[in-house]
Amino acid sequence: MSHPSLLSASLALLKRDLSMTLTRGGGPLLAVGFFITLMAMIPLSLGPDSSLLSRIAPGVTWLCLALSTLLSLERLFERDYDDAVFDVLRLGPLPLELVALLKCLSQWLGTGLILSLLTPLIMIILGAEPSLALISLVAALLGSLSFALIGGIGASLALGARKGGVLMALLVLPFYVPPVIFGAGLMQAAQISASPLQALSFLAAYALFALALAPIAMGAALRSALN
Amino acid sequence: MPHILMVTDLSLRKGYNLLIHKLNFTLSSGEAIGLTGENGVGKTTLMRTLAGFQTPDSGAICATENDVQIESEIWWSEHVHFLGHQDALSPARTVSQELEFQAAYLGGDLGKVAPLNLKPLLDLETRYLSAGQKRRLSCARLLMAPRLLWLLDEPMAPLDSAHRALVAELMQNHLEEGGMIIAAVHDALPFATTGLRLERPAREVAGV
Repeated sequence: MSHPSLLSASLALLKRDLSMTLTRGGGPLLAVGFFITLMAMIPLSLGPDSSLLSRIAPGVTWLCLALSTLLSLERLFERDYDDAVFDVLRLGPLPLELVALLKCLSQWLGTGLILSLLTPLIMIILGAEPSLALISLVAALLGSLSFALIGGIGASLALGARKGGVLMALLVLPFYVPPVIFGAGLMQAAQISASPLQALSFLAAYALFALALAPIAMGAALRSALN
Repeated sequence: MPHILMVTDLSLRKGYNLLIHKLNFTLSSGEAIGLTGENGVGKTTLMRTLAGFQTPDSGAICATENDVQIESEIWWSEHVHFLGHQDALSPARTVSQELEFQAAYLGGDLGKVAPLNLKPLLDLETRYLSAGQKRRLSCARLLMAPRLLWLLDEPMAPLDSAHRALVAELMQNHLEEGGMIIAAVHDALPFATTGLRLERPAREVAGV
């Protein structure tokens, strides 16, 4: 009987899901397009007052980042659920918790990472100081990772429900609040040259919390949805 | 190494409906069970329970190797293949991508799938395949990663007669190598199988 190693199976799944995230259903382009369009509408709706824009740029960017990551989450488990691919995944060497975590990670690599790379750029376009670029990138990376993991819990809970997307947004958005608060707070602290360390630690703590909790929650939710 | 699968007093529910009441059977290496019964009697539910996808209402499923019990997690992750009536293929990925993924994920050897003659299909996305071609592609994972028990839910339904004969031959080879098969079928398989006919539980038992 065959004994596939955990590592090679994990890499195979990560590779498959990443290629699916990148190529299917618009992939990262959809999220990036949404992000940029949303940002372009802000000066149009608030007027071209550059002092106002530079003040609100970090907070608004964070909000848009949260909304853009929400966009592609609905399909996270749904595709494989509809195609019955879970029949294969469940009889493989990986526990369902790890399968779910790898799916979230590939989702993050395919969209969240790209959105994070865009975040400093967009903040600067809106009028934030260029010196904030590095810290905003770090914050966006941590934030989008939490968004992807928490979003994965929502996606697994909404799996199998008709029009699960709206339900998922309702479930997930309250849990997006802490990273938004810490992330935007971090940027405000950096703007007034206060130490961003405190907010950054909270942001990192939340990402780690999500990393620890999400696999267990997703595993349980998937098991019940697939039953 | 003789393996035995023992199912004792298995009861299954779907929602509040009692589908199967106290089912008992034993399956040893080299044997096949042909599962029959009318539509909706619980064949697929039984197969999915045997694959570990659903928890039984009561009763036990126990697999042993040389009279030593195999832990259920190991049993399902290393010894069982399940082929449902959905083919578990992603429509936008090509046949070769799917084969490579399954081989890497299940720890299989792609060299073993040659009898299925999938070469002409390799570059096609799976959504362009016919139902029969999809089924042939699904059968590939039975061959690439050798596992003891094959759970097949109407494996022959979409196949043409030549491929039915081929799959029957593959199943016989599997049995000769000491494998086990449980197949839900409407037409009898062209080799010796133990018949198991599912009946609806009596009304008193079902509590309706």
